[in-house]
Amino acid sequence: MTKEERKVSIMTKALELFSKEGFYQTTMPSIAEKIGMSVGNLYNYFTSKEMLAKDLILYIANILGDEIRKINESPASTQEKIKAIVHMYFRIAQERPETIEYFLRVYLSNREVFQNCCAGMICVSAFVTELMIFFEEGVRAGDLRDQDFFSAFGLFMGYLGGMVFLNGEKILPKSLESYEHTIAENIYNALKSH
Amino acid sequence: MPSNPTKLKIIWLQGMTCNGNTHSFLNDPALGNLLESVELLHHPLLPCTLTLQQLVKKLPKSDILIFEGAYSASFERAGMVMESLLMTLALKAKHIIAMGSCASFGGIFKEHDPAHISGIVFDKENDSGPLRDMRKKVITLSGCPAHPKWLSFVIDMIRLNKPILVDEYRRPRELYGYLVHNGCLRNEYFEWKVDSDHFGTKEGCLFYAQGCQGPFTHGSCNKILWNEVSSKTRAGTPCVGCTEPTFPKRELFTTKTYMSIPSEMPLGIPKRSYLALAGAAKSFHIKRLEERLIDDHA
Ligand code: SF4
Ligand code: SF4
Repeated sequence: MTKEERKVSIMTKALELFSKEGFYQTTMPSIAEKIGMSVGNLYNYFTSKEMLAKDLILYIANILGDEIRKINESPASTQEKIKAIVHMYFRIAQERPETIEYFLRVYLSNREVFQNCCAGMICVSAFVTELMIFFEEGVRAGDLRDQDFFSAFGLFMGYLGGMVFLNGEKILPKSLESYEHTIAENIYNALKSH
Repeated sequence: MPSNPTKLKIIWLQGMTCNGNTHSFLNDPALGNLLESVELLHHPLLPCTLTLQQLVKKLPKSDILIFEGAYSASFERAGMVMESLLMTLALKAKHIIAMGSCASFGGIFKEHDPAHISGIVFDKENDSGPLRDMRKKVITLSGCPAHPKWLSFVIDMIRLNKPILVDEYRRPRELYGYLVHNGCLRNEYFEWKVDSDHFGTKEGCLFYAQGCQGPFTHGSCNKILWNEVSSKTRAGTPCVGCTEPTFPKRELFTTKTYMSIPSEMPLGIPKRSYLALAGAAKSFHIKRLEERLIDDHA
């Protein structure tokens, strides 16, 4: 196993712990224990818990960014792209719940941890950039209404994040994917040009 | 000094023009020296050998024919239509300079009658002007107006018999290889996405709020300064892209955006790369750049 591969496998385990236990409950020794490696050795890969947390958010932003990029580059219409993004997001939330959980419960809820190493949007830039491109192209094509980027971004991502959160809290009576269609339609209706 | 001391013979002919380039040229601080090294066969303002009537009658040979203003075949000077006047003088000239954006691409005057008015080689981006077949001897000095030093540079290069490397529109690379954005004092504000809300401030970049076209306009305005002291963007007004064939654009003082994202990227920068950097930069707040340079420290 190369050092990079080893790093990814550490991150995968750490991700599970962080998203379950939260940032402060999870310690470097508990991560090392879960992987079956010495704490000293863990520090060879990540110099601090903050650094590990930062690499995780970069890793997740890249996964989401790559997925949205594929959708952006597909020939689908704006409406179909919205559907595809909703589907992708919920799929990841189901298959790899720890990624979205981490995003919502660790990254967004513990801003103080990320202030130094991840100021502003720098660590989630891969993901935000693809959404910028999605919105820009939608408006350029005349499908979406021109408005402030963050108004649209908040509506789209806040909605999806909220649904995943409710799902995680087991509040939703039906499965997440059964809402996909109406949610995509709501988002499209809210953002489309008239 | 050139080995051949004979003075270059220059004809300055005007098509449909506002005289802007003529006046711009008068601002060259080295005009005196330049005029000693050339002979003006005809010029609309400066002392010269031939009046306009005599010029049209003699149709003399020249080393450089400078054409200022837009071209229209039926436009007359001293009773002769441009179609024959420009063509005859051009055939007899060794070098031709399209002086200013109207002569280069049609410019402002083209707006009046887009179907019939053009530049001498180019009509906007297309090389369909009347001198297209002579394009090899034409140098384009687009700009509204062109900077006086751009003209004296070209005259000097011709006088010294030096080659002038040109771009696809025959603009000298030495002058138009740069973007107006290069050398603008506001680059640091551009990097960190700190914009100015008003004209004339010392602080802030004019790209997002004022429609500055510096990042996609070729020109050395921030290298060879205007009146040797300043430039539009240094003074706090946006570049309107006057050197490009697309000039004049509509809504000159607004940057078209789609969901807050500029519709045009800085020249040659892929959208993804630009947005990744810009998005990150915008989320930081740099106190020094958000303060007034002088007032906040008074
Ligand atoms: S004002 Fe214009 S030329 Fe200057 S940095 Fe901003 S965009 Fe570039
Ligand atoms: S700054 Fe822009 S508009 Fe002004 S002269 Fe230069 S190229 Fe033309």
